[in-house]
Amino acid sequence: MDELSSGDTAWVLVSAALVLFMTPGLAFFYGGMVRAKNVLGMLMQNFFCMGMITLVWSVVGFSIAFGEGNGFWGGFDFFALQDLTAGDGAIPYVAFVAFQMMFAVITPALITGSTADRMKFSSFAIFVTLWSVLVYSPIAHWVWASSGWLFKRGALDFAGGTVVHANAGIAAIVLALFLGKRRGWPTGDFRPHNVPFVLLGTGILWVGWFGFNAGSALGANKVAAIALLNTQIGAATAILGWIAIERLRDGKATTLGAASGAVAGLVAITPACGFVSPMGSIAIGLLAGAICALATSIKGKVGIDDSLDVGAVHLVGGVLGALLTGFFATLDTNEIGKDGVFYGGPWSVVGEQALAIGATLGYSAVVTALIALALKYTIGLKVSDEDEEIGLDEALHGETAYRLTSIGGSGFTSAVTATKVPEEAKA
Amino acid sequence: MKLVTAVIKPFKVDDVKTALEGIGVHGLTISEVQGYGRQKGHTEVYRGAEYKVDFVPKIKIEVVVDDEAVDELVTAITTSAQTGKIGDGKVWVVPVDAVVRVRTGERGSDAL
Repeated sequence: MDELSSGDTAWVLVSAALVLFMTPGLAFFYGGMVRAKNVLGMLMQNFFCMGMITLVWSVVGFSIAFGEGNGFWGGFDFFALQDLTAGDGAIPYVAFVAFQMMFAVITPALITGSTADRMKFSSFAIFVTLWSVLVYSPIAHWVWASSGWLFKRGALDFAGGTVVHANAGIAAIVLALFLGKRRGWPTGDFRPHNVPFVLLGTGILWVGWFGFNAGSALGANKVAAIALLNTQIGAATAILGWIAIERLRDGKATTLGAASGAVAGLVAITPACGFVSPMGSIAIGLLAGAICALATSIKGKVGIDDSLDVGAVHLVGGVLGALLTGFFATLDTNEIGKDGVFYGGPWSVVGEQALAIGATLGYSAVVTALIALALKYTIGLKVSDEDEEIGLDEALHGETAYRLTSIGGSGFTSAVTATKVPEEAKA
Repeated sequence: MKLVTAVIKPFKVDDVKTALEGIGVHGLTISEVQGYGRQKGHTEVYRGAEYKVDFVPKIKIEVVVDDEAVDELVTAITTSAQTGKIGDGKVWVVPVDAVVRVRTGERGSDAL
């Protein structure tokens, strides 16, 4: 057993904190895109994940994901996080538990983007709790646990392109399908209420993602460094890919597009960042930005109100990144990785990636559908038409996000025009 | 007494206010409004979804004056708010039956 490394431990602990910060970042990324009457509803769903999934992960989630168990299920050996000292190495095992906890928190939070503006809070609460235990933990076990069946087959998923993004992306679409459309979609006015929030959230996500990706090296080492570098390159080039498509298709590059591109790039580089070269990251980023931008038009054609494009960004980005890892991976970057097709590797490398994606999407879609159907025909998934019109903030939480009026003496002043007083005229 | 209402371009508010001060108008009320006439709105695109924004932001100015001051006031607003481009707005005048100053209870012209 390795001797404990304070450097490795420090990096993993910092990374855990960075990954936790992604969830409020995501809340603002999504919150800015919804209408003003639903922004608290969105923030609340994300903060609820921070609360509930932390609890669920501590009690059973980690055990199901990382217990020995069999190829498909980790079992309950680590129930309530007992007997964890067994696995101490270069980092204390509890550091790994904490780091992985933050992944478990953000993954169901990603789904909130497709449920925007209309899902019952009670239904959401039960959904994410069941989904974390029945979908996230098992798939994390398959891909990341040493006894997991996809891990043994050698699927490459450095930081969770399949486990986190493709998984949450397909779940988001399936849930949106059973939840139904927002009233008035697609013809109504669903413009974002606060685009600066979207960019603020993107910035938080981006910084947090360094912990997500580079932290997944589980040590302060060369692979962590290249994962961080590749993360930056992937996000940056995807901005360019996305806004290039917008310029060509819509006439103008938008700030929402730049933010969306960055997130799409971060998603796509997630499975790849510890296996590919910087040149590979440039290709993955550019492709992810462009392809995810084009993918936003799919939901309208198939008639599923995936409100904030979780499918186009996380499903398409996650699948794309996982597949491209099979092409761009190189042993020069990571000796425990593989050479992809472009580095002389066999096509079976891409085949294993496709198998991991297919198994994840199939399992996630089916179990998500079962949970959604069970809720739909018991307590119901969707708020009443009246509550939807009022907005989730008031109807579900009894709050108002913005009190931007002077009426009633709130102290807010608006619509004031001012004239600059010349220096010589000052009193 | 007459109520003069003008809907003008937002960036012209200061010019109009200055012009009205110049002819001795002591008070006015403004509000942010939206509308359209011959000037149409613009389009916005979010992730490829195109929205047509028909209503254009405008400022509504309301001033109550004595009958004899109306022509000068309307001319002052028109001149100061004009850019010559489409969307400069409208001015209209309606009669006012009564005006009361809340602080003193004065009525009619004394309240202006």
